[in-house]
Amino acid sequence: MLKNRIIPCLDVKNGRVVKGINFVDLKDAGDPVEQAKIYSDGGADEICFLDITASNENRDTIYDVVDKTSKKCFVPLTVGGGVRSVEDINKLLNCGADKVSINTAAVQNSKVVEDSSRKFGSQCIVVAIDAKRKDGGWEIFTHGGRNSTGINALEFASKMEKCGAGELLVTSMDKDGTQSGYDIELMQKISSGVNIPVIASGGVGTLDHLVEGIKSGASAVLAASIFHYGTYSVNEAKQYLASKDIPVRI
Amino acid sequence: MNVTIVDYNSGNISSVINSFKEVAKKNVNIEVTSDLNKIKSSDKVVLPGQGSFKSCVDALNNIKGLVYTLNEFAISNKKPLLGICVGLQMFADVGYEETETKGLGWISGKVSKIDNQNGKYKLPHIGWNQINILKNSKIFKDIENNSHMYFVHSYELIPNDKRVVSATTDYSSNIVCSVEKENIFGTQFHPEKSDKTGLKIIDNFINL
Repeated sequence: MLKNRIIPCLDVKNGRVVKGINFVDLKDAGDPVEQAKIYSDGGADEICFLDITASNENRDTIYDVVDKTSKKCFVPLTVGGGVRSVEDINKLLNCGADKVSINTAAVQNSKVVEDSSRKFGSQCIVVAIDAKRKDGGWEIFTHGGRNSTGINALEFASKMEKCGAGELLVTSMDKDGTQSGYDIELMQKISSGVNIPVIASGGVGTLDHLVEGIKSGASAVLAASIFHYGTYSVNEAKQYLASKDIPVRI
Repeated sequence: MNVTIVDYNSGNISSVINSFKEVAKKNVNIEVTSDLNKIKSSDKVVLPGQGSFKSCVDALNNIKGLVYTLNEFAISNKKPLLGICVGLQMFADVGYEETETKGLGWISGKVSKIDNQNGKYKLPHIGWNQINILKNSKIFKDIENNSHMYFVHSYELIPNDKRVVSATTDYSSNIVCSVEKENIFGTQFHPEKSDKTGLKIIDNFINL
């Protein structure tokens, strides 16, 4: 039976982890490679890096991070943030990323999704959708949630599936950072509207939130803070899901 | 010993390279190349593959003499070859992704889209699934039955002779996820992304 995935996400800025796991025995708390290794050794089903480097000059730091991580971690590695073109995707894959997530570029030019999924295969193309509630529906935002688009999230999700996306990483901007749980209705609507896997993101504060995320129809749950701050380990999260009869890899 | 990973522009192979280099011991040289002479003289060959069946077959055919060399290596000389993901799928006679495309014909059968039972099962089949080991394949030495492996695919190999099947996985139906036919091995899952258990399979192949 296919297991539900737990994906810890690390925010990386200028090659350093911003919100890090607060472990005393870490040699270098800002080293993304070491943190990713802790997650993969702890049973993470995948690792996600979100590059939040603001300046273009430092953009290349992520390639070095991906290269080093992929030589140490032998679980799938997804990298997103600032991915603009087929060439950017190519560079990340060559450095050892297994999947690349595309947000703003997918909205501005869906051809990037079409071209890259044809060139590299749908399996490595993840479209990241940042959605916010509006008028009884959801609107998508770009540029890390700063720019509104007027585009309906459910319609956009279907369009991305048609363009060749292999997965959708859906983040609720209303919930992100609140630790009050995923936007379950959003996850349900998108999961049931597409035939590709959905990764739920934004709002996890407790292990029950992970359970709710999976029950909403998502194939995987992504979380940052609860793992970063050591509130729970990945293994604890998996044990808890298993105790609630949710199939996970243990 | 020389193990060659065939680099034929079949998509992202860096994870395959990293995993083989991680596992390789001092006396094992991992080469990544499309050089026909190097492939010929190597002891073992790894055939990765990402993207569609058609794009991988096209990429193989784009390198003049590569299919001939692989045939010579695996069929005439019977040296060990491991196909991963679409690398395994290409063993079949024919694939139906994008359009009907002729495969290598090493394992009689076809590659078809997984039956998603009218949307009940999401495709691609992405994530960790357990393998049901059906026969004592050499690459499964010290691998427990029901081990988890990482999958990402929408198409499945359907071999005519079920005796080549060494493991299946349950997703919509019992999908063939590993084959062994004499010196030819293949995994639908990605051992290079399947953590320690996956690395053990790579180690088993290197040590055949």
